Amino acid sequence: MSAAQWRRAMKSGESSAPGRHHVLPAHAGAATATSPAHIPVYGVQGNSDAAGWFAVLQRSLQARHILVALFVLLFPLLATPFITFQVGAQSLILGMIALSLGFLAGYGGMVSLAQMTVAGIAGYAMAVLGTSSATEISLGWPWWIAVAFALLIAVACSALIGWLSVRTEGIYTIMITLAIGVAFYYLVLQNYSVFNGFQGLRELKPPTLLGIGWREPIPFYFLSLACALAGYFLVRYVVRAPFGIALQGIRDNPRRMGALGYSVVAHRVAAYALSGLIAAVGGILLAWYNALITPGSVGMSWMINILVIAVLGGVKHPIGAFVGAIVFVLLQTFAIDLIDRERFNLVIGTVFLAIVLFSPDGLLGLWAKLRSRFSPKQAISSPLRRQL
Amino acid sequence: MSTKSKPIWVRSIVGAAAATVLVGGALAQGTPVKIGLLATLEGPFAAGGADGMRGAELAVKQRNGMVAGRKIEVIKGSSDAKPDVAVNATRKLVEQDKVDIMVGPLSGGEGIAVKDYAKTQPNITFINGGSGAQATTLVSPAPNFFRFNTEGAQWMAGLGKAALAKGYKRVMVIAEDYAFPYSQVQGFMSEYCKLGGKVPVKAWVPLGGKDYSSVIATIPKDVDALLVVLGGADAVNFLTQYENSGGDKPILGGSITVSQDVLNYKGKRRDSLVGTLSAGPLADAYDGAEWKAFVADYRKNYPVSAGGYPSPSLFAYVYYMNMKAALDGLDAVKGDLSGNQVKYREALSKMVLKTPTGDVRLDGTARPSAPPLSRRW
Repeated sequence: MSAAQWRRAMKSGESSAPGRHHVLPAHAGAATATSPAHIPVYGVQGNSDAAGWFAVLQRSLQARHILVALFVLLFPLLATPFITFQVGAQSLILGMIALSLGFLAGYGGMVSLAQMTVAGIAGYAMAVLGTSSATEISLGWPWWIAVAFALLIAVACSALIGWLSVRTEGIYTIMITLAIGVAFYYLVLQNYSVFNGFQGLRELKPPTLLGIGWREPIPFYFLSLACALAGYFLVRYVVRAPFGIALQGIRDNPRRMGALGYSVVAHRVAAYALSGLIAAVGGILLAWYNALITPGSVGMSWMINILVIAVLGGVKHPIGAFVGAIVFVLLQTFAIDLIDRERFNLVIGTVFLAIVLFSPDGLLGLWAKLRSRFSPKQAISSPLRRQL
Repeated sequence: MSTKSKPIWVRSIVGAAAATVLVGGALAQGTPVKIGLLATLEGPFAAGGADGMRGAELAVKQRNGMVAGRKIEVIKGSSDAKPDVAVNATRKLVEQDKVDIMVGPLSGGEGIAVKDYAKTQPNITFINGGSGAQATTLVSPAPNFFRFNTEGAQWMAGLGKAALAKGYKRVMVIAEDYAFPYSQVQGFMSEYCKLGGKVPVKAWVPLGGKDYSSVIATIPKDVDALLVVLGGADAVNFLTQYENSGGDKPILGGSITVSQDVLNYKGKRRDSLVGTLSAGPLADAYDGAEWKAFVADYRKNYPVSAGGYPSPSLFAYVYYMNMKAALDGLDAVKGDLSGNQVKYREALSKMVLKTPTGDVRLDGTARPSAPPLSRRW
């Protein structure tokens, strides 16, 4: 595919994008500002803040939101500790890293393969600054300082990666971020003085706080859930904020936004930094989840897995990352039970292929298609339908 | 999200129901004993992992799938030689499939990570698969992690002496950059250098590397031989590229370099391995009667036409030994795994394991001592 074709393909996919966020019903805090048509007749303005928020909530909440909220809260009580930890927590963590990619790709139009690298930088930074099995490497700082610095370092690195890659577009962004990711992989693989080479750093555990061991399945699940929800709502908020609107403008037509006086590079680098923060939180949780960080966790296969997760769910909406992560983790964990043990990767590949083949927008797109087919009336007002 | 997640809790309810049944019936004799089996069915050691599975299955078959009146149920898992993948697969076998005993993993780095995980599951007994890194059982060992195969450093005993006898005074080392080759190179050098040999250059290459041209370019002219400690696909890639670039130095092989899973790749490289010195816990031409019976049994169960090798690979053999240890231990306690498997673990640590290459006993660090064998192709 030539660069011109690529660019055209990217554009055609996004031609219907502006304005679509105005009709998303779930997050109406900013909707009052951006879409006057949706302000209901019962006035919000005159009431006190709390009542206003309640009205907003009432307007935007649907049965499915409550169902999902109840489900994720009650899930650990219904499931075994194994499912809670390995499927639940792992999906949330991988979903966060994919969310950071989805934010860049869906709202910034920049597909970066280096999100796993940013997550890995955070994980490594925490292991090196905090405590690990390699006492001669780890500095042994208290966990909260180590975590804070790990986040800071990862955000700085992410901004730097953004700085390097924002002047490229489309497939060239993929290439340059891939190169950065692979370079980081070989750095940690062959450096022994800081990163401990192939063995990596082991025995990374979240601290015991308030008398709770945070690596027990249920506390760890809720820790991941809290971080994932924070990341999700952060993205939902930012894409409605002036910064996010400008970012989407830049995605759709950088030259026009430049002419209007917006700094294209600054907005893009800031988007990288923000996505880096989300990926870094995911990276720290992932290191705690595995209790180790090794070059294998930041290798090519994981960089591509994150892209697979984001594409599986669909990058047009932040929830897609988590949907994709659940499908991915379920397949990774249980495909081996479905078929001959030596061939289970075939199932994983076939499912991914089928999803992408039948729905270029991932599972969210598939869901919207099904809805429009089986209930035409609803589909007209469906936000997802309009995205297609 | 809710629609996607439905299978999870449907599954978990089924799982919970199954678990209750299991707990209720676990003490009764005659219920099957579940053994988790983890090997690398993906990644650079995929061929070796598949043969490891064959070896472990052979040990089960030799008992006709029964031990102490209980049926043996083997549940398999797969990893790709990466520690985090191995721990995820092990966790699934232990916590989801509820195995009683865990056999695996295959590779050195994985073994160390699984040992760390074993500490969090004190009621399950873990027995190593093919992992041969010294640190697995020597550095902060887990009380419930056992290993009945000897490790990488022990396997190399005798090779240094044999190399000097051949007149190789200077040897370059080319090895993968992780725990198992470290042990192998350590085992080789401690003997070789003590006897006066020199190792002027060591090249550490990443596991799963494809391109060895830069390493081949750095091979100095004045070394007499190369010690190649690469496994599986890496060994095949290196040997092919070395030959294609016109290399003609004699090669000393690590324990997994000259193994059936490497020798049986198609191509003429295997011919040029004839005459290569290597050391390991098994030797295909060893003529002990028990070894011959083992090889014959392997061939009968896994003929070449069905994907087996002409002779069992190192992985098949170590998995066989470890699975046999697991089953012999079960036999010794008459299938009794009650009391958090304490009796079973005692039996394992006292056991003298009869293997086709001699008796193995643990030396208190869950680390076995057994005579190594040098061999020549």
